[in-house]
Amino acid sequence: MAQENQDIKKYFADTTTDDPIVNLPPVQKILNVCRAMSLWPMTFGLACCAIEMMSFGMARFDAARYGAEVFRPSPRQSDLIIIAGTINHKMAPLVIRLYEQTPAPKWVIAMGNCAISGGPFVYKNQYGVVEGADKIIPVDVYLPGCPPRPEALLEGLFQIQKKITGRRWWPQPAQAQKSDKW
Amino acid sequence: MIEAIEAIPAQFIVIFVGFLAILAFVGLNAVLLVYLERKIAGFIHRRPGPYEVGPHGILQPIADGLKLVGKQIFTPTGADSYLFWLAPMISIAPALVCFIAIPFGPHLQIINTNVGLILILAFTGINVLALCIAGWTSQNKYSLLGAARDISQSVAYEIPLLITVLSVVFMTGTFNLFDIAAGQGAWPWQWYIVYQPLAFVLFFICVLAETNRAPFDLPEAESELTAGFHTEYSGMGFAMFFLAEYAYMVVASCIVAILFLGGFQGPIAPGVWWFLAKVYIVLLVMIWIRWTFPRVRFDQLLNICWKWLIPLAVLNLLITLAVIAL
Repeated sequence: MAQENQDIKKYFADTTTDDPIVNLPPVQKILNVCRAMSLWPMTFGLACCAIEMMSFGMARFDAARYGAEVFRPSPRQSDLIIIAGTINHKMAPLVIRLYEQTPAPKWVIAMGNCAISGGPFVYKNQYGVVEGADKIIPVDVYLPGCPPRPEALLEGLFQIQKKITGRRWWPQPAQAQKSDKW
Repeated sequence: MIEAIEAIPAQFIVIFVGFLAILAFVGLNAVLLVYLERKIAGFIHRRPGPYEVGPHGILQPIADGLKLVGKQIFTPTGADSYLFWLAPMISIAPALVCFIAIPFGPHLQIINTNVGLILILAFTGINVLALCIAGWTSQNKYSLLGAARDISQSVAYEIPLLITVLSVVFMTGTFNLFDIAAGQGAWPWQWYIVYQPLAFVLFFICVLAETNRAPFDLPEAESELTAGFHTEYSGMGFAMFFLAEYAYMVVASCIVAILFLGGFQGPIAPGVWWFLAKVYIVLLVMIWIRWTFPRVRFDQLLNICWKWLIPLAVLNLLITLAVIAL
């Protein structure tokens, strides 16, 4: 059993999905807006970026404002996979499995340098770390930083929303107005 | 055409219209409660909660609902697909039946039956079966453990629930919910919460446990059981379990309002508004409790029931009987 688990197989996640039953453009357009406005992330943290992912849902940053605070523990109910941290070769099969378990409209954020490219763990003859989440699963948004701040993760969420619906919903940071309310 | 309509017995029309009204009421309540739950969670954490989707986030539950409709439906390998998809339906259907007997106002009740309270207690019990089927057919350890927890919890908490209900029933001498509500006066000191404070507290704790609300939400404890019995449900299966949970919360709050808070009785305003206000106050307290208290451990949960709630409920019943006999 132990030997079996240590067997490192490099493979890519199965990305085939069923076609939608109702595939009318206006319906899909409305559904896409709804999907963008309620992206439920999966409760899944791999390393220290997960700490930033937690503050992303907490008081100061509050992903709830954009409907993304419902961290679902089960991949069956989540729409957004945030790869928050370093992916080891031992963890890679589990990441692939979680990706494959998530039902069809699903998006992935590679959060932090480790998830983008392996980050500080890339050196000659390294054997433990997958060099980038996109080696094993398709990634929609890359989020640089070590770790990225929660604001950056919010920006990543907006980029996913832009990718789903084709427009940016919220003002750019430069044009945003400060609110004294919260 | 008109003869054909007149040939239908009036009872059928009442039931049909009532059923549509119940469906609308349950759906509306679920939308409102999802919004309230998330908003209140936000306020308790000192954050705004859903805020940007529509003004103050009021379109958030609609976005969630439509997203869940558009989500891929999935049956796990090795699962019994009939039973697997039957479970959410078994979960939601009895909740709808429960609303038939509830008097929303002096003139707003679908069927005024003598066994209203028994009907509701019997049909809410079926929910346990649905969760059992869901856990068993999912082919998932977490689902099975969640279902096992739910069954032991529901069976244990059914006993003090029924005993506390009995003490109110002995006071009023009827199972008819309309008569129980009508037997109380318009002012708060005439409600049964004054005569039966202990029964109210016990009943409320049991209701929290029966509806799987925190701090007794062990069947779906995220930290140890992924998502409990609905781990394997995606899209609308999950949404129907959620809808059922909120529907049972509303039914339970209605019962609390009728048995202890005077039902539709109240000064000045018409009865329906008083009833809805009381139901929503009870629901808000339930949400408040959820976001305030941590989850209990499973042995603590059963200890509370067997060591405290059942003896206290029996004591309360005996005192009530003694007072009635005197």
